[in-house]
Amino acid sequence: MIHAAFLIPLLPLAGFAILAPFGRRLGNPLAGWVATALVAASFVVTVIVFVGLFQQAPAHRELTQSWFTWLGADRLSVDAGILVDPLSMTMAAFVTGVSSLIHLYSIGYMEHDEQFPKFFTYLNLFVFAMLMLVLADNFLLSFLGWEGVGVCSYFLIAFWFDRDEAASAGKKAMIFNRIGDAGFLIGMFLIFERTGSLQYTTVFARLGHVGTPSLVAIALLLFLGAVGKSAQIPLFPWLADAMAGPTPVSALIHAATMVTAGVYLMCRINPLLHLAPDAAHVIAWFGAATAFVGASAACAQNDIKKVLAYSTVSQLGYMFLAAGSGAYVAAIFLMLTHAFYKALLFLAAGSVIHAMDEDQDIKHMGGLARLMPVTSLTFLVAWFAIGGVPPFAGFWSKGDVLENAWAVTPALWVVGAASAVLTAYYIGREFFLVFLGERRWSEARPSGDGHGGHGPVAAQAVAGGPPALRRRPQDPSWHMSAPLVVLAVLSVFGGFINLPFHPSFVFLERWLDPVVGPALRRLHYSVGQEWLFGVVDGVIALTGVAVAASLWRRAVDRPAFEPRFLSAAWFLDLAEDRIVARTGTALATFTASVIESRIVDGAVNGVASLVRLFADWARRAQNGYVRGYALGIAGGVVAVVAYLLVRVVQ
Amino acid sequence: MTLNVSAYGPIVSTGLDSGQRAFPYLTALVLVPAGAALLVLLLPRARVAVVRAVGFAACTGVLGIAAAVLDEFRSGYGGYQMMSEHPWVGAFGFSWTLGVDGISLFLVLMTAVLFPVALASGMQRRDPKSFTFWVLLLESACLGSFLSVDLLLFFLFFEATLVPVYMLVAGWGHERRGYAAAKFFVYTFAASAFMLVGILALVFIHQSQTGVTTFDIRQLANTRLSGPANVLLFCAFTAALAVKAPVFPFHTWSPDAYSEAPAAGSVLLAGVMAKLGTYGIIRFDLGLFPHAVVELAPVLLTLGVIGIIYGGIVAAVQKDLKRLVAFSSLAHIGFIVVGLFALTGESLSGAVIQMVNHGLYTAALFILIAMIYERLGTFQLPKLRGLQHSAPVMAGVFTLVMLASIGVPGLNGFVGEFLILSGAFLTHRWWAVVATGGVVVAAVYLLWAYQQAFHGRPLPAAVSGGSDGPIGTGSADPGPPTGGAKAAPFREMTWREGLVLAPLVVLIVLLGVYPRPVLERITPTVNQLVLHAESAAHARIPALGRPGLTSYLHVAGAARTQGAER
Repeated sequence: MIHAAFLIPLLPLAGFAILAPFGRRLGNPLAGWVATALVAASFVVTVIVFVGLFQQAPAHRELTQSWFTWLGADRLSVDAGILVDPLSMTMAAFVTGVSSLIHLYSIGYMEHDEQFPKFFTYLNLFVFAMLMLVLADNFLLSFLGWEGVGVCSYFLIAFWFDRDEAASAGKKAMIFNRIGDAGFLIGMFLIFERTGSLQYTTVFARLGHVGTPSLVAIALLLFLGAVGKSAQIPLFPWLADAMAGPTPVSALIHAATMVTAGVYLMCRINPLLHLAPDAAHVIAWFGAATAFVGASAACAQNDIKKVLAYSTVSQLGYMFLAAGSGAYVAAIFLMLTHAFYKALLFLAAGSVIHAMDEDQDIKHMGGLARLMPVTSLTFLVAWFAIGGVPPFAGFWSKGDVLENAWAVTPALWVVGAASAVLTAYYIGREFFLVFLGERRWSEARPSGDGHGGHGPVAAQAVAGGPPALRRRPQDPSWHMSAPLVVLAVLSVFGGFINLPFHPSFVFLERWLDPVVGPALRRLHYSVGQEWLFGVVDGVIALTGVAVAASLWRRAVDRPAFEPRFLSAAWFLDLAEDRIVARTGTALATFTASVIESRIVDGAVNGVASLVRLFADWARRAQNGYVRGYALGIAGGVVAVVAYLLVRVVQ
Repeated sequence: MTLNVSAYGPIVSTGLDSGQRAFPYLTALVLVPAGAALLVLLLPRARVAVVRAVGFAACTGVLGIAAAVLDEFRSGYGGYQMMSEHPWVGAFGFSWTLGVDGISLFLVLMTAVLFPVALASGMQRRDPKSFTFWVLLLESACLGSFLSVDLLLFFLFFEATLVPVYMLVAGWGHERRGYAAAKFFVYTFAASAFMLVGILALVFIHQSQTGVTTFDIRQLANTRLSGPANVLLFCAFTAALAVKAPVFPFHTWSPDAYSEAPAAGSVLLAGVMAKLGTYGIIRFDLGLFPHAVVELAPVLLTLGVIGIIYGGIVAAVQKDLKRLVAFSSLAHIGFIVVGLFALTGESLSGAVIQMVNHGLYTAALFILIAMIYERLGTFQLPKLRGLQHSAPVMAGVFTLVMLASIGVPGLNGFVGEFLILSGAFLTHRWWAVVATGGVVVAAVYLLWAYQQAFHGRPLPAAVSGGSDGPIGTGSADPGPPTGGAKAAPFREMTWREGLVLAPLVVLIVLLGVYPRPVLERITPTVNQLVLHAESAAHARIPALGRPGLTSYLHVAGAARTQGAER
């Protein structure tokens, strides 16, 4: 059963290979169904392999499948091969599972899009790349997946390429990711230099011979890669812009899967981080800081998706906080539950956006709960889950992270707890503004027929006022509702895979033990302390919920709580744009117009001009007068004779 | 012709000759296009179809022979194979000696692939006869350069490339073709003069030591050179080769020549001709003057790294697509230079495969740009917009080629870059680190160009809020509105055009996914070269144990030596 693992990435790749040439012919919705079926098949295979792995004794839960030597020269040799172990299978299971749901959802969401087949082509390619990332048995093949998901993310953010902001956002995502990737690459060079290999198991076995400074350098370089991919400080601005892509893309790539790749990488290199505690400390602090900055920025956004984008930034920060604290199980636990509730939030947001005719401003919404019961209820569940209200999924996973942060230093816990209050608050604000309160939209007179593609078509209805909708908002079709419900169930019960009450309930920890066990920070809290943490977490969550309710249940505008520095995400994007992009462009212009054409090429043309000057001067000798030439000849003869005489005399 | 080599026996000691094989593959490779060129010359000018058929048949034939060479090539062996050796001017030590090894094999194959593609892409309406003639002559000269084992023969072929290229640029180029062609010719020709002097000096030194006059590089490699002589000769050779490649700061002829040349000319200039320079560096600089190479490596590595960053930065603000690719070429050649002078097995193998890969994706880029030009009559990015709307297939192919050029793993560009950088990191860490920054810059200029040309709304009416800088997303100056009158929608790629690009696209993917067959043929030759260079360097500079050279490298190097002995 385990040996079927090679099919897991191959099935989505087959989907890509079918859809790239024939997608158009398959058309809408068949292309979508083909894509969905292949990803779902991949999920089934994953489950089978998962079960097969589970039946092995814990010590034997590791299998390497090597397909062929990918590239190598001299001492470097890298295989294309996959590593089947509890960590990679956990990742594969949730990636294929969430992907299947989002594929299904997309059939409904992209229904009216002209580029429907192309969307699924990219989506399948993305799933393939993501699976290569998590299944690869070496750094370089993971890097293939890593860049692959980045490229797919670029395609999908810029999917509606005729919108300039989408095109720019795609480019920005790719470039920010590339900055991180440069770190990843240099990290790999260092790993290769120090261990002579890039294969995970070999590298980890040889860590003993690598000096601590190198270990710290490697860890931080790989973390730089993770910072780019997982949108941490200072490289997170691309994720907010990435919301220009279709909403299922935001759910799948920019919430549930791709952006967690950095966290996966940190968990994968746990033996290395274990030996480089200084680097781990840096990671934890970056994570905590990002968690807070992201959460605070989310509090002041008015775009329904940007709230979620900054929320994702914040949640990813928590995951790095966990990984940096040596709590790899907590990081994976949060990653899983986050995938459920954040995908749910995005998908619910997507169905709201559809209902609102592509308007994404939450200040234009309100009162949708009655009209969209499924959407609003599932959103409510997701709110409680992300907020950490007991016993929803986030309560358990975030609690786990905070406990571990406390064990490192209470200061980390304080930052994390503050962000937790904000988390319950900002999604609450969004919930109240979108689903409750008065309706700040109006329905159009039922004359317009209301079909067509995207774009804020109805956005200019009443001067200055909110838009008039083409039809009354309602819950989406079953393609879109079914994933909402499944994800809602998972958001409620997802936390039960790792319960703290008894050692036999920590299923996830025991499952991941063969991979992360030796590096794991073990907590030694008494039962009383555990309960105390639980109660505090619950109070934190409920505080956030209560504050949100008291502030936003009736009000729409509270400028005091939406300060400019938060809605601009602490001005980081602006600063980077000013400092890096502007000066970079100016520098490039200067280099091209002055250094290149005046100096480098100027020197070449200068030599040519010198030659011409000399020639013009020398040309005067060729004046055509015989007497001149005769004089020259005579002079030459005299010189030669003189020379010979001198020689003879000597 | 090759025949009876077994009778000479040990004379051909450094070459692995297949005694019983009668067919002189390598000589045929060089002579078939030259012969076809002469044939074309005899054909009447009006018989366009026949001229084209002959030209294409010859190129395809060469590709066939090259494929046979690949088939005959014995992997796992580092020396020359399939030698064709014929004394020419015996007293002078000049001979027709051709051979192929792991370094030249894939350059020959790439040349054999790119010429038919270039010919097919650039079927000129004006005077196809002369065009075909010059292209065929150029192919002969390029193949001859890659295959020559005789230094003088190499030089003759190397110089012989200039005339056809000059003719192609000056005869079929764009507006400023005269300036570009003259600049190209004079610049590279002047630089070659240094090389000629270097060749003669080396041969005379060798003659004075051994009494044998020869241009055979296998024998010349054993010349004992004093330190200054080594450095001077290295500089003489490198002057010619660095201009040809081109290496920063000797590159300024290339944006002019690449952009003014016709499509086929740009393909061949950037794809094949540039590799003559880098090939010469690995073959002659590393083979003949390893001591100087080790000593001057930091200088050339620095030039390579500057080329990577500088080329990328200048490319980012180019408005002309062809000039953009020219500067991106400068950056990619920079990677090759870094790989060559880092002197590790990984980086050298990477440099060789990068020469091939760069040829493939740059050729594809120039062909795609030519397709845009055929439709819209411009290379200017500000005049392009939203092409993806009406030409999604072309956009898809452009994207793929662009990603290969950016160095996305899974496509061919990554393989060379990674090997180069990981190898360079072992001996010259900080150069490799800075060079890695080039991967970010590459993404900047190509994605920005793609966004301008392919993204956005196609109609000129809605240009207003469009452009930003190559990096940012803010609002900068909007590009000037497009010409306006272009009512006809941009035409999608035709089947014929697709067919021209297909071999390149297939190779770009194939070499990205499964480069192993290529690498395992390159590596033995490269390893031999590294051993040669290392032993020469150790013998002369005992203080090579610089901090960059890690102990790990020495251990593994020892292992490799043992492996080679086995």
